[in-house]
Amino acid sequence: MVQFNLPKNSKILKGNYFKDETGSSNIKVVHVYRWDPEKNENPREDTFEVDLNTCGNKVLDILNKIKSDLDSSLAFRKSCAHGVCGSCAMNVDGVNTLSCMKSHKEIKGELRIFPLPHLKVIKDLVADLSTLYKQYESIEPWLKTTELKSQTSEINQSKENRDKLDGLYECIMCACCSTSCPSYWWNGDKYLGPAVLLQAYRWISDSRDEEKKERLKMVADKLKLYRCHTIMNCTSSCPKGLNPAKAIASIKKMLVSS
Amino acid sequence: MSAYKIVDHEYDVLVVGAGGSGLRAAVGLSESGLKTACISKVFPTRSHTAAAQGGISAALGNAGEDDWRWHMYDTVKGSDWLGDQDCIEYLCKEAPKAVIELERYGVPFSRNKDGKIYQRAFGGMTKNYGNEPVQRTCAAADRTGHAILHTLYGQALKHKTEFFIEYFALDLLMKNGECKGVIAWNLNDGTIHRFRSHITIIATGGYGKIYYSATAAHTCTGDGNGMSLRAGLPLQDMEFVQFHPTGLYGIGCLISEAVRGEGGFLVNSKGERFMEKYAPKAKDLASRDVVSRSMAIEINQGRGIGENKDHIHLHIDHIDPKIIESRLPGISESVETFVHRDVTKDPIPVVPTVHYNMGGIPTNYKAEVITSNGSDKTVPGLMAIGEAACVSVHGANRLGSNSLIDLVVFGKAAAERASELVKPNSPHEEISSDETDKCLDRFDRLRNGNGSNKTSELRLSMQKTMQEKCAVFRTDKTLREGVNEIKKPFDGLESVSVKDKSLVFNTDLMETLEFDNLIRQAITTMESAYHRKESRGAHAREDFPSRDDKNFMKHTLSWHDGNKVKINYRKVNLSTLTNDVQTFPPKERIY
Repeated sequence: MVQFNLPKNSKILKGNYFKDETGSSNIKVVHVYRWDPEKNENPREDTFEVDLNTCGNKVLDILNKIKSDLDSSLAFRKSCAHGVCGSCAMNVDGVNTLSCMKSHKEIKGELRIFPLPHLKVIKDLVADLSTLYKQYESIEPWLKTTELKSQTSEINQSKENRDKLDGLYECIMCACCSTSCPSYWWNGDKYLGPAVLLQAYRWISDSRDEEKKERLKMVADKLKLYRCHTIMNCTSSCPKGLNPAKAIASIKKMLVSS
Repeated sequence: MSAYKIVDHEYDVLVVGAGGSGLRAAVGLSESGLKTACISKVFPTRSHTAAAQGGISAALGNAGEDDWRWHMYDTVKGSDWLGDQDCIEYLCKEAPKAVIELERYGVPFSRNKDGKIYQRAFGGMTKNYGNEPVQRTCAAADRTGHAILHTLYGQALKHKTEFFIEYFALDLLMKNGECKGVIAWNLNDGTIHRFRSHITIIATGGYGKIYYSATAAHTCTGDGNGMSLRAGLPLQDMEFVQFHPTGLYGIGCLISEAVRGEGGFLVNSKGERFMEKYAPKAKDLASRDVVSRSMAIEINQGRGIGENKDHIHLHIDHIDPKIIESRLPGISESVETFVHRDVTKDPIPVVPTVHYNMGGIPTNYKAEVITSNGSDKTVPGLMAIGEAACVSVHGANRLGSNSLIDLVVFGKAAAERASELVKPNSPHEEISSDETDKCLDRFDRLRNGNGSNKTSELRLSMQKTMQEKCAVFRTDKTLREGVNEIKKPFDGLESVSVKDKSLVFNTDLMETLEFDNLIRQAITTMESAYHRKESRGAHAREDFPSRDDKNFMKHTLSWHDGNKVKINYRKVNLSTLTNDVQTFPPKERIY
């Protein structure tokens, strides 16, 4: 039997322990993945005792508190803190989510925070999303129409046609879905993944767009599209409640009937 | 600082910031054939434009008669006559074209029954020069900013704009009073980059994070404003900070004005719709400064809600849940996520929350940066747009949905002006190493900070001081104390501690650099507020409750040097740009 071992330098070691110094009786033990590219060391898991009496309800509040009070060197992305920018996507307690929207009160016991899975790590909780961004570019996310740009009124779109974009245009590209997908883990360089396919479908569904056929042809590829095996992790991890699996299924259906 | 290896780049035009205005400028520049780079500290769709909810104003007239002159009148009145009327004319006249263009770029606007762009009512937007409310605010449900930002990023990709993503701009490169480019730090690999450009366009957004409670993102640190101050340039009208009436209580998350535009209303602890008292005609749709002050008065007089009587209730539970679902889905989600309430059944707890900076880098309507040494003069090679700029179209108070239109109208104007000024691929001047060294010295000094002050503590001290001393209502006493106290966190930077000494994604250092930008803006905000001894728009002085046009119908300019602030003034432009409209002379502002 073949035995697979992780390379030595990828094993996560036990890291530093930051003991609570406030004497609080309301402590949450939080384990956080750490890795510094400038040190020739293995990744480690640091542990922080966080006083919840002086902390907001969300996982991002815990991270901000760690950074402000315990260890300012912790690296993570954050911006809007209200679930609209998609910066703070990470793996919390085994599930990909936005740390600003996820309540830590829903998580019993100790909390584990890791970067989005199966991406190259840049530092600590900061993962490299550049491949996903290139894939997004590849679906040409702009309206294609031959109507003259200089016209003085909008392109007409019925309410019913506009409704078809609901559930699609809201995607904030946080990548929670794509990085929860085993197919994307294995073939992330070739398979477009749920986030990008949802965006492809957003443009295919826009009644104003005149290149629906070309767009379908562009994704109709055994790797780009058909690596989706309806595992549905994408839909269950989407912090915005969108359904990328359904969008992918709709693209497949359109290809069969076109 | 030869220790840092520098990577050089040359571009015709450089845009710093990739939110709504930066992207709109980048699209126009790339279209015109100029070699354009856009650098941003976050991936473009993470910019704070994404958080804009309610809509973008333009007199399209899709929901009844409308006229850009009415829009102009409302904006002048909203600005409490501090806005420059030539710029406001330009904004309102160009607005319909700019929105149509966005639609043709692909923005998924909501639609009315005729298939045209859906427009809703918003505060201060009226028919026929101050009469009944008009539906002028174009919306994509309550996610208009998100929809616009993603669409503009797509357009920039279409036009092959070169992006430098997660590059943090450190300082402007100046030579004899002209801007020659920018030094930036690539967070992803830790390298330092020198961008030389004929024109640099600052589109770095607002600086809401000088306050403790704000709807602003963590990244809203006004980095371009900070760079301008360090380059010896003034900021304008910094005392005008908009408190949005409806920030989610205890959280700070924005609850769009669209809620009131769709029929929502505010109620105090006695169940009274108190806005009827303060703004008999416009009621809950008076402009933001008026509504925020009214809420603050209700709370101060003991009619607030809750255990501490410190907030107000916003009701939309009387509105058909189907309408809420189609027009305000994002609000429903936020309220559910952050305070676990169902907006179709329960009121929303809200409180006035810092939201927008009317002040910023002074520019003319072509987006060229202005400085003053007695008279106005433009700064060659430098432009500013969006919330970073003070054109000034918002004057002392911005109307809701006028910020998104500001982004695209002046983003486009900047691109047009730059293509008039720059010939593609013209050669670049040498920049002395002194200028680069000066910037990297500061970077290196902060990076190696081994003092006793944590950045997080200095930032908190600044935010608490701003929150306490420069709030909705201000007095000579609070501002005088504020002027003294706000200098302490700046002095504290001398012995700052930065634990992380690395260069790759060092957010400890980045937050320290952001604080260095923030604190300079906090100081100029406080000083500007102290010196304006009148009440106008968002600047409400209890000791000077009236507007004083004789002494204060002028823009404040503030320079920052070391621990000193220099204050000066420049005149408000009451003249219009063309004869299409006449000046709206100052009058009392009643809603």
